[in-house]
Amino acid sequence: MKVTRFTWFNATSLTLGFAFLYLPILLLVIFSFNESKLVTVWGGFSTKWYQQLWENSVYLDAALVTLKIAVVSSTMAAILGTVSALVLHRAGRFRGRTLFSGMIYAPLVMPEVITGLSLLLLFVAAGVAKGFWTISLAHITFSMCYVTVVVSSRLVTFDRSLEEAALDLGCTPFTAFLQVTLPVIAPSVISGWLLAFTLSMDDLVIASFTTGPGGTTLPIQLYSAIRRGVSPEINAISSILVGVVTIAVVIAAISSHQAERRRARNEHLANS
Amino acid sequence: MGKKFSLGRLAFIGTPYFWLLIFFLFPFFIVFKISLSDLAVAQPPYVPNFDFSEGWNGLLLFFSQLDIENYTFLFEDSLYYKSYLSSLQIALLSTLLTLLIGFPIAYAMSKAPKRFQALLLMLIILPFWTSFLIRVYAWIGILKPEGFLNQALLWLGIIDKPLIILNTNIAVYIGIVYSYLPFMVLPLYASLERIDMSLIEAARDLGCSALKAFWVVTLPLAVPGIIAGCFLVFIPAIGEFVIPDVLGGSETLMIGKTLWTEFFNNRDWPVASAVAVILLLLLLIPILWFQKFQEKQMEAGT
Repeated sequence: MKVTRFTWFNATSLTLGFAFLYLPILLLVIFSFNESKLVTVWGGFSTKWYQQLWENSVYLDAALVTLKIAVVSSTMAAILGTVSALVLHRAGRFRGRTLFSGMIYAPLVMPEVITGLSLLLLFVAAGVAKGFWTISLAHITFSMCYVTVVVSSRLVTFDRSLEEAALDLGCTPFTAFLQVTLPVIAPSVISGWLLAFTLSMDDLVIASFTTGPGGTTLPIQLYSAIRRGVSPEINAISSILVGVVTIAVVIAAISSHQAERRRARNEHLANS
Repeated sequence: MGKKFSLGRLAFIGTPYFWLLIFFLFPFFIVFKISLSDLAVAQPPYVPNFDFSEGWNGLLLFFSQLDIENYTFLFEDSLYYKSYLSSLQIALLSTLLTLLIGFPIAYAMSKAPKRFQALLLMLIILPFWTSFLIRVYAWIGILKPEGFLNQALLWLGIIDKPLIILNTNIAVYIGIVYSYLPFMVLPLYASLERIDMSLIEAARDLGCSALKAFWVVTLPLAVPGIIAGCFLVFIPAIGEFVIPDVLGGSETLMIGKTLWTEFFNNRDWPVASAVAVILLLLLLIPILWFQKFQEKQMEAGT
């Protein structure tokens, strides 16, 4: 009996499901080209909101700050997160390992309001000036844990005998890591970096707590605009962000798909 | 790698360890300490502050000034326990709704032709990469009285005056289901996709109807995915701030929003800290439960 056929029920749930996921974003993008100031009534095609955005330096400045924070924090998070993954899977037993793995997984499920508040109170107690660096430190801390999860999932499936062979052949643990482990886990480190980057670009709550002079990020700017009400200008900036992310994700997906095919072909050649 | 003690090993383990101790664990002790402090018109806006110059007496004075006043306040003022209860209720109901909507999607994905599955998976993940704030904002235009939904319903003649959805709890439910749907679909798909088709075929051959086979074979095998998905939606939904703030109204009580208001609008840091401590204690139960569940899954997987 054939039970794998694709039924009408399945087709309907996929269609409805993806409509639900994408229609809101689609409407948002379409109405960013609306001539009318009323966001929900179509008044003809226009790109004037994009021009206005270009002339409004507030958003450009905020975008620049957000980008800088995202680059700094995701790079640091990728390094610390990868080291943490190695500690979890390669360091063997050590004192306080349970606490360590707890501290890695807890930030993933911690409500942002708590993380934000606790970091702010730390920065106030330490007497540091809030702004660019406090947001970056906060972002490193929560996004490194996501990197750890991504890299861990690769390390678990990794054939350890390769590392052991390198060690037996006289490599130090560090060179064995550089020559054997790193090339294998590199794609997962890159996806971890990308994830940390988007998390940092996206964060409103933690940034709002830890922000200060010179630390107005795009989400903070957008949030204060949204509080004042819907506007085509917000639609325009949202559409740009959605466009950038979509292009980046599609490129990443295609290149990883090609890398996968290349690898499969090479393996096939090697086996034949 | 060598298990012997070495400076390299110490630095290797110590760097991320101390980072998390300083920036993750230690701040909670500060939150706890400030939750026992009193509000003050000062910078920072709480007393007492620990004074090293007074030595032992300063330490005694510091501890004698700490009290649980803020916690008793949380129980006396109905706003707080109502916020906790309402957060729980909103998170529970929206988790259930997400499961009901997410399951058919994940099921259909697992049944789709293999060559389309990678694409479908990417389409589920894609919204997750786009800004959370923007995705929530997109619903304002849909749900408001003159928004797209009401326009469509009026045009179809289903209603004759606009529905009030924006700034109610219904909008919050929609927002949570929409934002967290990928978190539900992904683990569901992962567990559904792994199911061995021959099991279902066997059930059918033995005389089960399609529905019965689904009920006795597919669903029990999908339980790990259902549990993981529910946790991934429920836990963050409880502390959610953006959705109740942007889509909710004055009737919407959620603890994340209450904490935010207490901190930013009332500038009452000690009470905000106490709210955070209680929220953390509430979340500790599902978080630990989830961690245990995942460990069990890991062991079963290997």
